[in-house]
Amino acid sequence: MSDKPVKGEKRVFMTGNEVCAWAALAAEADIMYGYPITPQTDIMQYWTRLAPKFGRKFLQTEDEISAGFTTLGGVMAGKRAFSATTGPGNTLFQEPMSMAEMMRIPAVVILPQRGGPSTATVIYSQQEVTMTAFGGNGEGFRVVYSTSGHQDLYDYTIKSFNTAWKYRFPTFVLGDGYQAKMREPLTIYDPAERGIEMVKTEPMVGLPGMPGEERMTEYLRNTYNTEEELYEVVMDIAKDYEKAAPELMEWENFDTDGEMDVLILAHGVVSRAAQEALPLLKEEGIKAGHFRPITLRPMPEEEMRKAAKNAKKVIVVESAYGQFLKLVKEALYGMDKQIDTVLRPGAGVTAEEIVDEIKEGR
Amino acid sequence: MAATRIVLAGEGGQGVQVIANILAESANAEGKEAIYIPNFGVEQRGGVSLAFVQIDDERIGSPKFPKADIVVALSNRAVDRTRQYVDNRTTFVYDDSLVAAAEIDEHAMGIQAVEADPRNQRRTEVIDDSKKRDKVDLPDNAASVVSISANDIAKNELHPRVFNVMVLGAVLKATGVVPLEQVKAALEAKLGDKFEKNPELRDLNYKALEKGMSLVERVV
Amino acid sequence: MAKNTELLAPAMPKCWNPDTKPHKFCPGCGHGLVLKALGEAIDELGIQDKTVFGCDIGCSLLSWDFFNIDSIQTHHGRTTPVITGVKRARPELIGIAYMGDGGGYAIGSQHLVNSATRNEKITAILVNNTNYGMTGGQMAPTTLPGQKTETSPYGRDPEESGYPTLGPEMVAAIAREGAYVARGSMSNLRQLKKYLKKALQNQIDGNGFSFVEALSACPTNWRTNAEATWHFVEKDMAEYFPVGEFKVPGEKEEK
Repeated sequence: MSDKPVKGEKRVFMTGNEVCAWAALAAEADIMYGYPITPQTDIMQYWTRLAPKFGRKFLQTEDEISAGFTTLGGVMAGKRAFSATTGPGNTLFQEPMSMAEMMRIPAVVILPQRGGPSTATVIYSQQEVTMTAFGGNGEGFRVVYSTSGHQDLYDYTIKSFNTAWKYRFPTFVLGDGYQAKMREPLTIYDPAERGIEMVKTEPMVGLPGMPGEERMTEYLRNTYNTEEELYEVVMDIAKDYEKAAPELMEWENFDTDGEMDVLILAHGVVSRAAQEALPLLKEEGIKAGHFRPITLRPMPEEEMRKAAKNAKKVIVVESAYGQFLKLVKEALYGMDKQIDTVLRPGAGVTAEEIVDEIKEGR
Repeated sequence: MAATRIVLAGEGGQGVQVIANILAESANAEGKEAIYIPNFGVEQRGGVSLAFVQIDDERIGSPKFPKADIVVALSNRAVDRTRQYVDNRTTFVYDDSLVAAAEIDEHAMGIQAVEADPRNQRRTEVIDDSKKRDKVDLPDNAASVVSISANDIAKNELHPRVFNVMVLGAVLKATGVVPLEQVKAALEAKLGDKFEKNPELRDLNYKALEKGMSLVERVV
Repeated sequence: MAKNTELLAPAMPKCWNPDTKPHKFCPGCGHGLVLKALGEAIDELGIQDKTVFGCDIGCSLLSWDFFNIDSIQTHHGRTTPVITGVKRARPELIGIAYMGDGGGYAIGSQHLVNSATRNEKITAILVNNTNYGMTGGQMAPTTLPGQKTETSPYGRDPEESGYPTLGPEMVAAIAREGAYVARGSMSNLRQLKKYLKKALQNQIDGNGFSFVEALSACPTNWRTNAEATWHFVEKDMAEYFPVGEFKVPGEKEEK
C-alpha cells in the first residue's frame, strides 16, 4: 500500500494546476490520461512527477479525443481515472463526454478555461460554460463545479470523484487560466482526516467470474434501434438527474438578505471581483448583494430567484459574451427583473470595473 | 486595508518572474495573503515578461487589477507595456540602462509557453554603449517617476546574474511589504543548495539586495 | 431459443452468447465468420473470463452482444482508445478492439497509428470489406481502384482519391519489436484463426501491439451473388491485399 500523498493538513502556496494534481492524488485517483494544451499542461506535468511515487499511472494520448475515450475506458475498467483539458481540447472532449452522459460513466475532467472561440488565447476566459454544461449532442446530464480559487480547486477536485462515482454523471471542475497559473495560499489535506470517504469505484466491465455462467455478461452500448427505446433510456437518465439535483446544487450568498439596489450575478474567479466590489459599492451609497452559483449544472435556480427577489435589478458579470447570462435568464424566467450585463469575453474583470459599470447604470 | 499592487516587467531572461515569486512567497511566509500571477497579454518566450503581485492582510479578490501602486519596468518595451497600469497614485520605476530587446518579436503569435517557469527564460544581453540611448516614452501621469540604472550597476558593481535580486531589493524598500529577513529566507529556500556549494553567492545576493534598497525610498 | 434446436445447433464457440443467435449480420457477411474464428481462438486460449471486447460503429457494432464477454460499444473510430484505456487501467485484462475499415483507417487512424507506435498491449482486429457497410456502402479507405460504391458511383479513381490503404503494411512499418501484425481472410478461416490466436497470445505474453486485418465480404452493398462475392474476396481483394504475417516478435527483419 503506497504512502499517502497528503498527510494531515498543510498550508501551501502553489499554482492552481499544481493544486489540482495534489487533489487528484489525495482523492486516490488511479490514472490520468491527457494531452498537452495550455494552460492545463502543468497538471499533467505535476502528475507525471508525483504519480509514480504513489503507484499511480499516466498515459499521454495522441489527442484529446483519445484522452477522453481512454479516460472512459479506465473508468469502465473500475479505476478512478481523470483527465484535464481546455479550449479546443474541450471541444474535442465533447464527443467522449456525450458517451459518458449516455452510458452514465463517472468521468472527471478538470477544465482551466482559456480564450475562445477557436484557439484565441491561452490565457483566460469563462467561455467554455455553454460547452461544459451542455456540450456534445447530449442533454446536459452533467455536474459542473465553477471554482473561484485554489481552495475551491482542491476541495472540488476531490469532491468531483465522489460526485461522479456516486451519481454517475460526468463531472467537471471548471476553473480558468488565471486560477491555473496564479499562486495563492490554501490548505491541502487528507480527505480522510476531514471525514471525507472516497466513494468506492466499481468496474463496468472485466468483472470477476465467467460471464454467462457465473454471472451476467455486461453489454454496454450507446446505440439504440427505435425512438421508443431511446426515449425510455433518456427519460430514465433525466429522472435520476432531477432526483440528484437538489443534493448536488451548491451556491453562496453575499449580503442578499435585505433589500438591494442591485444583485451581482457572477461565477468562478469573477465572483471574487464581485465580492470585492460590495464594500466599494457601499461606500458609494449603493446597496449591493452577490449571488454566486457554485454548480452551474445543476443550476441552483430557486436560490438565485430568492436572492433576486429582494433586488431592484440584477447585473450579470462574466468573461464571456453571454454564456452565463443565458443560464441566468433561464433560471430567472418569469421574474419581472431588469438584467444589466458586463460581458467581457476572454478578459478579466476587476472589482473597480464592476463598481464603475454599476455606477454608470444607476 | 487595500492590497499593495505591484507590477514587474522586463525582457524575458531578466528574471522578473523569479523575484515576483520570491516576493509573493515571502509575503505568504510572513502570514499575509498574497497572489502572484504571470503574464497576461501575448504569451511569449523572450518577449516582455510581466508579473503581477498583490499583498494584503485580508483575502485578495480578483487576481487582476487596473492600476498598480508600484510599477517596475526594466526595459524600454517593458515601459510601453506597463503604462496602462499607471495612475496618479503609482510610483513608476524604470531602468535607464540600455537593454537589447530579445530576438523574438513581441507580436509573434502562437507561442504558448508561459514565462512563469524561470527555466524557460533566456538571458538577455546588456548593451554596453551609454552614448546610444533609445528614447523612452515615460508615463506622465504617475505620482512619481524614479530611474535606477539597475543593469549598469549590476554589470559594473555586482554581477549581471544578481540584477534581478537587486531590483527585488528596490521593490522591497519602496513598498515595505515584507521584512528583509523574510526575503532572505525565501532566497535561501530557493538557492540554498547553490549557496552551500558556493558561500560567496550568498554574499553576492545579499549585497545585491542591499544595493537595490539603497537606490530608492519607501513610497507605498 | 427453443430447446429442441440444441440438437441441430451448429458448432458455436463456447464464448459466443447463444441467446443472441442467429446473429444480426446480413446473409453472406464476413463478420459472422471472423467472429467465429475469434471465438474459437478465445476458447482455445481460455481467456473468455478475462477479456473485454470493444466494438466500433458500423457493422461491427452488431457484435456488441455477440459474445459472453463484457463488451463496450464505443463511438466511431474510438474503440482503440477505449480499449487502450481499459488495458492501461487493468493490465491483467485482455483487450480486444474490433472495428471496420473506417474505424481503423479513416476516423480511427490516428488512434491506430499511435497505439501501434506506443506499442499498446492490446489486440486490434479490423474487418476489411472495402466499403462502409452500415451507412449504405460508401467508399472506404480500402475500396479498390475502379470499385463502384455509393460515393464513387463511377468507380474509384486513384487520381481523385488515391489508392486503397494497406493497413497491416503501415502498422508493421511503424510498430516496434514485440508487435504482431497479420492479414488473413474469411476465405481461409483456419489461417485467420491461427493469426488471431497468435495476436491474442502476443497480448497474453505482454509483448506489444497486435493487429490483424481480416478480408471480408459485403454482398449486400457489393450487390453481388454468392459466386461473385466469393470471387471478389478470394481473388480481387487478395490480389491487392496480400495475406500473411507482416511482423512477428523475435523474427529477423528482412529489408
